Amino acid sequence: MQFGIMSVSDITRDPVNDYTPSEAERINNLTRIALKAEEVGLDVFAIGEHHNPPFFSSSPTTFLAHVAAQTQHLTVTTSTTLITTNDPVRIAEEYAMLQHLSKGRMDLMLGRGNTAPVYPWFGQDIRQGLPLALENYNLLHRLWREDVVDWEGNFRGPLQGFTSTPRPLDDVPPFVWHGSIRTPEIAEQAAFYGNGFFANHIFWPKEHTQRMVQFYRQRFEHYGHGTAQEAIVGLGGQTFIGKTTQEARRNFQPYFNEAPVYGHGPSLEDFSTQTPLAVGSPQEVIDKVLGYRDYVGDYQRQLFLVDHAGLPIEMVLDQLELLGGEVVPTLRKEMAERRDPAAPDAPTHASLVKAKYGDAEPRQPRPNANRGDNVTGDSPYQDSDGKHTVYPEL
Amino acid sequence: MTHDTLRLVVVSAGASNPSSTRMLADRTVQRVTTKAEAHGHRVSVDVIDVRELLPELPQALSSQFMGPGFTRAIKALAQADGIIAATPVYKASASAAFTGFFQVLDNDLIIGKPMVLAATAGTSRHALVVDQEVRSLFAYMRALPVPTGVFAAPEDMNDAALAARIDRAAQELVTLMEAGFASAVRGDTWDSYSHEFGSAGAVESAVDFSSEMMRLAAGGSLPRAHSTE
Repeated sequence: MQFGIMSVSDITRDPVNDYTPSEAERINNLTRIALKAEEVGLDVFAIGEHHNPPFFSSSPTTFLAHVAAQTQHLTVTTSTTLITTNDPVRIAEEYAMLQHLSKGRMDLMLGRGNTAPVYPWFGQDIRQGLPLALENYNLLHRLWREDVVDWEGNFRGPLQGFTSTPRPLDDVPPFVWHGSIRTPEIAEQAAFYGNGFFANHIFWPKEHTQRMVQFYRQRFEHYGHGTAQEAIVGLGGQTFIGKTTQEARRNFQPYFNEAPVYGHGPSLEDFSTQTPLAVGSPQEVIDKVLGYRDYVGDYQRQLFLVDHAGLPIEMVLDQLELLGGEVVPTLRKEMAERRDPAAPDAPTHASLVKAKYGDAEPRQPRPNANRGDNVTGDSPYQDSDGKHTVYPEL
Repeated sequence: MTHDTLRLVVVSAGASNPSSTRMLADRTVQRVTTKAEAHGHRVSVDVIDVRELLPELPQALSSQFMGPGFTRAIKALAQADGIIAATPVYKASASAAFTGFFQVLDNDLIIGKPMVLAATAGTSRHALVVDQEVRSLFAYMRALPVPTGVFAAPEDMNDAALAARIDRAAQELVTLMEAGFASAVRGDTWDSYSHEFGSAGAVESAVDFSSEMMRLAAGGSLPRAHSTE
């Protein structure tokens, strides 16, 4: 079971002291937060992708490579990578590069993005968001598994004899999570490919999460990747920890009240009762998080949102001390005791290499000599299967 | 007849207690119950007082997050055989509490369900609000308002003509409930309406695996020239 944090990279005014960090400050602070996550023993750091203020994370792989370079154990990932407005070819290239630089300590989560104006900035249309996401992933999946891809679709130009470089580390594609709140097609795609499914879990009552996860598990089994119990599930969550219940609520209340999305709406008490939000003493947070598995089953990854809504950096670092020091160790122990032995761990690069090669040496693609035409043709690597490339008819 | 017991759900957006809107709804309930019982049905009545749900409305509107009161109301409406929806009229419109309540419900929650639409107002100049405004809300939701709208201004309250209209609307509602229209529509042709996963008050969990999107999700491709514009 992996525990980690996820950031949306929002730059939000601190409602308590009316201070808005600069982009430079927030970027530096989020690096500190990521490094702190490793220091306190968390497993995963995730960052979102946005292309509009007040967010800064337009280039998640750059940020994550910076974090990976300064850590030893942390898995870096996204929450989410936009599979709609990014060209899947660029996703294939950038994340393969991140995979090499991080020595495999990465994966990624794909999401659609629900900000309509962003789509046309990248030449897309939110009304086509779902087919765009599904088709783009179908292509991305092949780009990481086939040295040479011929492809035609509806949302980008066709590819003939295209090789995405670099090839994935050890020729093992990065593990992919598909994130969705309420779209069964996304869960279906995750299940079809045997990929992970991640439920946002934050803005919805547990019944929605339960319904989507159950659907994904059934379909994972249907497609023959294992039993429903062996499907790979991740959950979002949100914590604010204090030494006592009262301290936690007192400190979090002003940030909750003005939080983007749910601020100026429900009361903290109601939102805590009716959603996965866990605000309280370490034991209260532990009890609440332990309850998640009652409705999704044994799962593989739990990410918490801890740095949003204008929370100052010192407070976030304190939160990480409490999360890593007092909450997660107990959660690991308690979850391990409750866990069914048949429930798998989250895939890692090492486990995927093992699954593909056993004890054999992983493939290390070595390019053929440059032919001077900048087209890789049908056999870009010394060990590529020679395969006929179909060129377009003009 | 679809059930031994006909489940009648009242949605009243009256602002005061007692309210003339609630009283109008209750008079309608009484006539519906009497007529249904005369036909050998039992009638159960659930009342959703929108005023009591108002503290939950802001979060429902802003984040589609349903509190416990809304959750109960949705469950009642999902099981209703007939609905009586009553609102006060303010500034030539149904009250914001009333429209807010219905706007946050799933689009497919009350498809095919027979309804009596009722409204009260401080002046008879609001008389067409039921038929010209409120009715279109329920057309969108594919519900089945009865032909007679019930409107009451102060001067109507003691008028036998109002009692006659209530009686007529009640008769129409009982006839539609007995006809089993809602269950027929929700049985045979349910799939022809738009649904979302988990909609219709969380009962909608059927997924059409043969849809274009589901085939694309499972590694298929779209028909070519699926235009982006």
